Amino acid sequence: MNQVLSKPPSMQADLAACRRDFPALSLQINGSPLVFLDSAASSQQPNSVIDAVANYHRNSHANVHRGVHTLSHRATEAYEGARDVIAAFIGAGNRSEVIFTSGTTESINLVAQSFCRPMLARGDTILLTHLEHHSNIVPWQLLCDQTGAKLLVTPIDETGSLDLAIFDKQIAGGVSMLAMAHVSNALGTVLPLEHMISRAHEHGVPVLVDGAQAVPHMDVDVKSLDCDFYAFSGHKMFGPTGIGILYGRSEHLERMPPYKGGGDMILEVRFDGTTYNELPYKFEAGTPNISGAVGLGAAINYMKSIGMDRIAAHEADLLTYMTQRLSEIPGIRLIGTAKTKASVQSFLLDDIHPHDLGTILDHQGVAIRTGHHCAMPVMEFFGVPGTARASLALYNNRDDIDRLVSSLTKAKEIFG
Amino acid sequence: MYKMSTDELRELYRELILDHARSPRHFGKLPEVTHSADGLNPLCGDKLKLYLRIGDDDRIQDAAFEGSGCAISVASASLLTDTIIGMRPTEAQSFAGALIHRLTGKQTNVELGKLRALEGVREFPSRIKCATLAWHAMNSAIRQDKVPASTE
Repeated sequence: MNQVLSKPPSMQADLAACRRDFPALSLQINGSPLVFLDSAASSQQPNSVIDAVANYHRNSHANVHRGVHTLSHRATEAYEGARDVIAAFIGAGNRSEVIFTSGTTESINLVAQSFCRPMLARGDTILLTHLEHHSNIVPWQLLCDQTGAKLLVTPIDETGSLDLAIFDKQIAGGVSMLAMAHVSNALGTVLPLEHMISRAHEHGVPVLVDGAQAVPHMDVDVKSLDCDFYAFSGHKMFGPTGIGILYGRSEHLERMPPYKGGGDMILEVRFDGTTYNELPYKFEAGTPNISGAVGLGAAINYMKSIGMDRIAAHEADLLTYMTQRLSEIPGIRLIGTAKTKASVQSFLLDDIHPHDLGTILDHQGVAIRTGHHCAMPVMEFFGVPGTARASLALYNNRDDIDRLVSSLTKAKEIFG
Repeated sequence: MYKMSTDELRELYRELILDHARSPRHFGKLPEVTHSADGLNPLCGDKLKLYLRIGDDDRIQDAAFEGSGCAISVASASLLTDTIIGMRPTEAQSFAGALIHRLTGKQTNVELGKLRALEGVREFPSRIKCATLAWHAMNSAIRQDKVPASTE
């Protein structure tokens, strides 16, 4: 890569070596070295994760919690070992509060159906924010259809920040559940969780946090956040797809009925009644995604080896640089300019449709996301059908941003 | 610095395409619509509504469209309206079939005329749906389908 010497020293040199851990970042795309700025959709995987999954399949695979034979024992140890790694990483009090799911989406559906559905009555209110990803909207709409409950939405302003004055009134007005993102996937806004969770709890409202866009970028401690539930996905934090986590406080999880029925979630099955297994297995019906869990554990070990503080500082530096470089391009419209942001910048350029931008950038090896980012209410608020979104991860550097900017300049040339 | 062939991009965004994207023809509603359909491309959010007026003489007397989308989908819809006015519905359907065939990389003997400008999408598999959306919507309008045409 071309390193311009006049650039100010930054954290980038610090994490430069990490880039080599990700084989995908050496790919050539359409004749140019890949610049990957779509980690908010799914991040690339380091060798340590790819190897951990492959080694598991080579040396340790059998079903978990079932056999007395050696491989079953190894698989169980690998799977449960990953749970320990995850519990420690997010500061869960107890490993039984960490439930493996297929991802954030399933985690949220689990809470909606198992925790909320039994306690809701017609006319009850579920509070969301305008920033939510569809996966934190649609499960609640399904629940409303089932129970007669209704949704209430905290609005945002033109920077993409929540209107906290309205939130304070809403949360005090008799709400049964609060579900919100930690970081907005479309705009990068970091939500003021401390304030919102404490207000919610003052009014006895349980809180689910969608942490899919936070966990890869910052230190997350569920105990100090004091949330009731926290959901996230492996594939956005350098792990495999198809694996995710639901953290839940044990006093809730104990009382909740199973979400799915099947093997492994039972102690005893009779036709006249079944006794459910203890936590966390009560919520893990069927053979789980064992290799996914192993990969997620390896991803967390990788992130810990770098340090979440260093990752956060590196990305904050890069985001500032990206925002500054983008704002220098004539005709750019930055969407999402909240004071506290993480890793994401949405934008529009002149009147070029984001999809056309995406194609032109891809042609130059630059991968960004274009479209509504599964957050159509956010797009509607800004009156746009979609945006172009560049999102960062620990492996990005200033050269990536420079390539983004030069590719956008090319797009302007083509569209004249 | 890097190998950046822009030839394929220039093929995709030919002057004719950019012209129709910037100034789409027959854009807006149509008085006395006889047939209409919605076209949706959920992947990128392209969304258009196509209006046709088919006369008693079994000719498409007028066509128009509304909506928002990328340059390729808007240009394709604009070119569609230019092309099909005056055709019989069955001719328009068979033309649409030939065009979709061609854009998805197959041979066709039908003379596509200025619609050849859309051929650049063949090098961009993710964009073929943008180019075919309006044509699917037209077929749907002529068939009077109850559900919107979708590229998915």
